[in-house]
Amino acid sequence: MSDLTAASPQAPGPVAAPLPGVPVAAAPLVPHQRSDLLYYALRNRKLVAGLSLEALFVLAAVFGPFISPHNTTDYFLPHLAPSAQHWMGTDYFGHDVFAQLVDGLRESYLVGALGALCAALTGMALGFTAGYRGGLLDEVLQLITNIMVMIPSLVLLVVIGAYLKTRGVLFEGVFIGLTTWPWVARAVRAQTFTLRSREFVDLARLSGRRAYSIVVKDIAPNMASYLFLVVVLLFGSSMLLAASYDFLGLGPTNGISLGTMMNQSTLWSALQLHVWWWFVPPGLVLTGMVAALLVANVGLDEIFNPKLRDQ
Amino acid sequence: MNVKVDHLSIAYRTRSGDVCPVDQVSFSVADGEIMGLAGESGSGKSTLGTSLVYLDMRMKHLGGSVELDGRHLPIDDNRAMRPYRMKQISLIPQYAMSALNPTRRIRRLITDLLRSHGIRDREVMTELNRRIALVGLDQDVLDRYSFELSGGMRQRVTLLISTLLNPSLLIADEVTSALDVSTQRAVGEMLIEFRDRGFSKSLIVITHDLAILAQVADTITVMYAGRLAEKASTATIIEAPLHPYTQLLLASLPEVGVRHDQVTLTGIPGRPPSLANPPGGCRFRDRCPFAFDRCATAPPFEEIAPGHFVACWKAAA
Amino acid sequence: MTSLLRIDQVSKLYRTSNFGGSVVPALRQVSFDIADGEVVTLIGESGSGKTTLGRIVLRLIAASSGQVTFSGQDISAFSGPRVREYYRQVQGVFQDPFSSYNPVYRADRVFELVRTSYFPHLRGPQWRDKIEAALHAVAINPADVLGRYPHQLSGGQQQRLLIARALLLDVKLLVADEIISMLDASTRVDILNLLISLKRAGLAILFITHDLSLGHYVSDRTVILRRGVIVEMGDTAEVFGHPQHPYTRNLLAAVPELHKKWRRPDAEATADPDGTTRGPADSDRAAGGPRASPAVARHRRWPARTPRAAEILEPPPTLVPAGPGHLVAETDP
Repeated sequence: MSDLTAASPQAPGPVAAPLPGVPVAAAPLVPHQRSDLLYYALRNRKLVAGLSLEALFVLAAVFGPFISPHNTTDYFLPHLAPSAQHWMGTDYFGHDVFAQLVDGLRESYLVGALGALCAALTGMALGFTAGYRGGLLDEVLQLITNIMVMIPSLVLLVVIGAYLKTRGVLFEGVFIGLTTWPWVARAVRAQTFTLRSREFVDLARLSGRRAYSIVVKDIAPNMASYLFLVVVLLFGSSMLLAASYDFLGLGPTNGISLGTMMNQSTLWSALQLHVWWWFVPPGLVLTGMVAALLVANVGLDEIFNPKLRDQ
Repeated sequence: MNVKVDHLSIAYRTRSGDVCPVDQVSFSVADGEIMGLAGESGSGKSTLGTSLVYLDMRMKHLGGSVELDGRHLPIDDNRAMRPYRMKQISLIPQYAMSALNPTRRIRRLITDLLRSHGIRDREVMTELNRRIALVGLDQDVLDRYSFELSGGMRQRVTLLISTLLNPSLLIADEVTSALDVSTQRAVGEMLIEFRDRGFSKSLIVITHDLAILAQVADTITVMYAGRLAEKASTATIIEAPLHPYTQLLLASLPEVGVRHDQVTLTGIPGRPPSLANPPGGCRFRDRCPFAFDRCATAPPFEEIAPGHFVACWKAAA
Repeated sequence: MTSLLRIDQVSKLYRTSNFGGSVVPALRQVSFDIADGEVVTLIGESGSGKTTLGRIVLRLIAASSGQVTFSGQDISAFSGPRVREYYRQVQGVFQDPFSSYNPVYRADRVFELVRTSYFPHLRGPQWRDKIEAALHAVAINPADVLGRYPHQLSGGQQQRLLIARALLLDVKLLVADEIISMLDASTRVDILNLLISLKRAGLAILFITHDLSLGHYVSDRTVILRRGVIVEMGDTAEVFGHPQHPYTRNLLAAVPELHKKWRRPDAEATADPDGTTRGPADSDRAAGGPRASPAVARHRRWPARTPRAAEILEPPPTLVPAGPGHLVAETDP
């Protein structure tokens, strides 16, 4: 949570002074430079490695349930070690661990995407408004942001959860979204603040454009790479956060996810009983998913920001 | 001769190939001479100035040599250049005044710099204090941060720092551009004074502003598209230039006292050629009103009158 | 003769911090007029407030006190569609041509912005004709610039395109803020000549610059601004020919000229016309706190109330006549 905030990407800065006779490179994601970006993207080891690993997991999530020989609801003998029939063995209840794993992957991705979407939309809406308008509105929104930062989300989840009969994936995703937006809002506000004083924004105002149109069409595209990185980071952190909540038993009341698998394995003493195949696969997979995303994110940052390139 | 540059060529590596902003450039600067290097954007003047002191990763030394005080200057070897920098040759890069570290006080900046050159601060401090007073700054400037100073003050500080070790050659790149006209005058006069007092034996002042050079420089060299166009004493360049580019450039400068209803000035139509793909022959050919067939071959930069060098077939004729 | 634009006792104050802190006066009770088809040069060094005044006229920022009237109407009273109408008649071009373009889009998007706001019914060939007419008026070949990205154009082409954009509307007044200082010397004069030809066609221009020779070349009247206060104004020939104020004289003495050396410093023409070597940083430090950029101060408008100009400012020096159409600020004896 806080360490992820510390890892938030730097704003792409201005490019170095122009070389004589050579066109000056402008802000990232300029259309004619997309081929440039692709060139660097394919050569960046971090991006390629991270994306490949992530792609593997996504494929497993999509196709896993089809290729898994068993369903999550089938019963077998409990605590069977990994073998040819059960690729990751069975758990205390006799359910096939691999089947649970691929189902859990789907749920983790779903919650991750939902959380990222909510947080991104909320954070960007508030960030753009505060950064563009300034003045009283900015102060009020900053106040709200600071209050949200101070509220401990875990405690909030426990309290809200106590009032709900059941919790679903939707609830968890939206909750994560609505509690992790503050850093997004701050980052977007800071960037908007800088971009707002650029002369092309003045020119848009002098052309009679309205504020909403200026933010969406002039300011946001200049932050496109930054926003992209923010969304990727949110995705990873949402998945991790969801797994943590599930592990504590605060996740969806029904359904399997990587976190609930680890929760169950702890509750049923898998560690002490040496039933490693119950908790090691979900833990490894979760680590892999989030780490691959973060590594790819660093690679993306290098591609977008010319100054970080190894050349 | 203090500085002698002989057929120097420097190239930049870019994704679209090599760009050559300094192409077979030869000139010399005498002891005590302030040489102005004039040119517009894309002429390569900044690259020429910087390359004499520091070649960064993207730059390649293609050929030619540089001599300082009779000794060969190893510009392509960054480590070998270290003992020369700041002591024999010093550079004030463009935008230097914006590049002072804002997290350090000025005093710390100077002591760090001196230490990296193996000099104890005590030896230089008295001299530094004397020079601070000389340029019209207060002693407490040393204890301030760079953002607390105005543009003019920062520029004076960079001038001080660069000349602290009395280099033989000081290269000043656009040191007057971002300043108000009154501070420009102060900085310009400071450059002359530094030379007069021997803080630097000779200077190369790089700028696009010919009017400043008319005040400050002894000789002016005009550069166009990576090559030298003309070099002569200031009076000759201003009153009787021979290269068409210099003539047209001077004719396009408005002066106080000239109004549009009295005189209509004209600029030079067209643009300088791209250095990524320069045309053959004389590079000014496309924009030159006097171009004829001989201009298809590049004219050599030669001395056609004592101290007056031109690269133009028409002028040489 | 009624004036096109009247600036009446306009002041602009910036707070350096939200709670307490000092107030920086960027402009102090500045007043002058611009008539139809007149070129007025606003000359000042950095910190003089000239850019601030330009932005106030363009309604990009609001004045703290005073009034700006255009064709007799107070521009601060405009809102919504009336603001758009104002921009149909008043436009601006800024110093850095490259920054005025959004680098994500092609250069001709600046025309498209105008079309969607002002000519939504014009499409296809009609719009194209209008653009080409504007481009010809600024001496650009349409084939050279249409469809290109801003970084593929030269500084001169970028500036001309921005002027062409202004010509698409019915501009009566163009605010030109240092529009040629970032261009090469050989292209500057061409843009200046373009402005002059537009003036001859009836356009009024507020030409903001720090370069006295440019001001002298193009303008009818000159206003000299120093630290937010007018020190001298009048007919250009008068002000440059017979400068009365010591600041003006020092400025003129400091301008580097091709054919004359700087006069050797004497009691009057010191290197620093303010008579001290302290920069603006010092007066701000005396006022409390390090120098804060006006952009930062501009953003913090709440909760502390910005005091009204009349409350905290000493009145600026009064302007006294010093010749036909020539006003000078009184200096202390």
